[in-house]
Amino acid sequence: MSILHAKNIHAYFGTNHIVKGISLETEPHQVTAIIGPSGCGKSTFIRCLNRLHEETPGARAEGSVIIDGENIYGERVDPVSIRRKVGMVFQKPNPFPGMSIFDNVIIGLRLTGEKNKEVLASVAEESLKDAALWDEVKDKLKTPGTSLSGGQQQRLCIARALAVEPKILLMDEPTSALDPIATSKIEDLLSKLKKKVGIIIVTHNMQQAARISDTTAFALMGELIESGPTSSIFTAPRMQQTEKYITGRFG
Amino acid sequence: MKSLKQRQLINTCVHILLVGACLVSALPLISIFTYIVLRGAPGLSLHFFTGLPQPIGEPGSGMGNAISGTFVLLGIASGIGIPWGLVAGIFMTEYRDTRMASCVRFSAELLSSIPSIVIGLFIYEQIVLRMHHFSALAGGLALSIIMIPTIARSTEEQLLLIPAHIREAGLALGLPRWKVTCHILLPGIIRSIMTSMMLAIARISGETAPLLFTAFGSRFWPESIFEPIASLPIQIYNLAISPFEEWHQQAWTGAFILALFVLSLNIATRLVMRQKEPLS
Ligand SMILES: Nc1ncnc2c1ncn2[C@@H]1O[C@H](COP(=O)(O)OP(=O)(O)O)[C@@H](O)[C@H]1O
Ligand SMILES: [Mg+2]
Repeated sequence: MSILHAKNIHAYFGTNHIVKGISLETEPHQVTAIIGPSGCGKSTFIRCLNRLHEETPGARAEGSVIIDGENIYGERVDPVSIRRKVGMVFQKPNPFPGMSIFDNVIIGLRLTGEKNKEVLASVAEESLKDAALWDEVKDKLKTPGTSLSGGQQQRLCIARALAVEPKILLMDEPTSALDPIATSKIEDLLSKLKKKVGIIIVTHNMQQAARISDTTAFALMGELIESGPTSSIFTAPRMQQTEKYITGRFG
Repeated sequence: MKSLKQRQLINTCVHILLVGACLVSALPLISIFTYIVLRGAPGLSLHFFTGLPQPIGEPGSGMGNAISGTFVLLGIASGIGIPWGLVAGIFMTEYRDTRMASCVRFSAELLSSIPSIVIGLFIYEQIVLRMHHFSALAGGLALSIIMIPTIARSTEEQLLLIPAHIREAGLALGLPRWKVTCHILLPGIIRSIMTSMMLAIARISGETAPLLFTAFGSRFWPESIFEPIASLPIQIYNLAISPFEEWHQQAWTGAFILALFVLSLNIATRLVMRQKEPLS
């Protein structure tokens, strides 16, 4: 049973056709990596999976994405409720400015109506532990989130996304702004996290995809060239373009 | 190539010119303020702050009613103008590319260029004539209209400075747009917004023209917002055009207090700005 099944997704910015019919299925407890040269529409595609794409003025998307047996592009579906099931971590660490570490983590829950202080405190602790940040910040939860280092900020953003208990976590090149140590911390974290949430991660770093993912999908110019178990994509790609790309003989 | 001597000479000349330009541009401010202090400070006393205007020759005359009246007017103006301006600013950012937003933006621009006496006349026509008397409410309303465009535009500017991915991070948590704006984006720029509010208040606290035929003025303590009310600028004006030396002194002291108030608001604003948190 897949936890997310995207079928024939097309995405546009105005009249620019950016994503041209990508289909992708992801399994529970797995990390799915999407690789491909920059500008090929990876970000645009995963932003269709939580209906964030359409928030950009002039942008629209077509196709269907089945999560929990429900098409999130169905007619009566509220994008807001979809985004609670599908969390997102961005390329640049972006804790909310002027907000403490604690508030950053629980803001999603608090603004959806959770008022109980004990619940909020325990969710904050659990999410920060899941994001492997708890030990580093437990004594300074009141300090601004922006005062942390880049890697810590990114893990704070992961905790923030986890706190609303999504089923799937989308990550758009989450380590591209980080140094190698911070990067490997986040990579280690993913292998634990996938027990809780399905993970779809965009990366233009092929070594990273090979290290952390179970499934890899290769995209090129808005199309999905091939996808399959990571080991076979990297050792025995079926398509010539994939092989060119992973062996570095590609533009 | 010019010789070293020549270049040093040019350097010195330009230096002197620059310092001169600085002095010239600061001169009006410094001289006005010194003059106000020199003329106004001698009239300072306790009863200046606590007393009512008295007939010529009677002791204990003061501008207490005008000072408190100014605060009442500023309170009414802020109570109306700040929320109104905020809402307009938020609207302009949220519905950026709609025709309605451009309309709001354009009207804010027009509004800020309308002479304040015209705004006073408008309120006179619409409120004072209908209520059949001058009132603090009408005065505050006139002042609030002057505040609205300033606050609206600075709210819009500040909101636009927030990187788009911060808003998206809020949306990605499954929050409706308005909650993201009101509970995540606005708190993050609260300092800058406060700054623009303080500047807007400083700007209107010296306005005289729109108060002439709205708040009008009064010789008594403020009692109701539906009655005419005294204010520093109007009282200064009335005292200054009187033929009495004693009243002229009071006018100067009033001007001194008003200038001090505006100056401290501006300095406070600077202090708040200085510790502004960087946006990530
Ligand atoms: N906000 C936008 N408006 C218009 N075009 C955009 C926008 N964002 C991205 N694009 C275009 O979409 C294409 C794919 O971008 P993106 O999905 O970010 O690629 P990737 O993440 O694979 O590097 C690019 O050619 C880019 O020019
Ligand atoms: Mg991208």
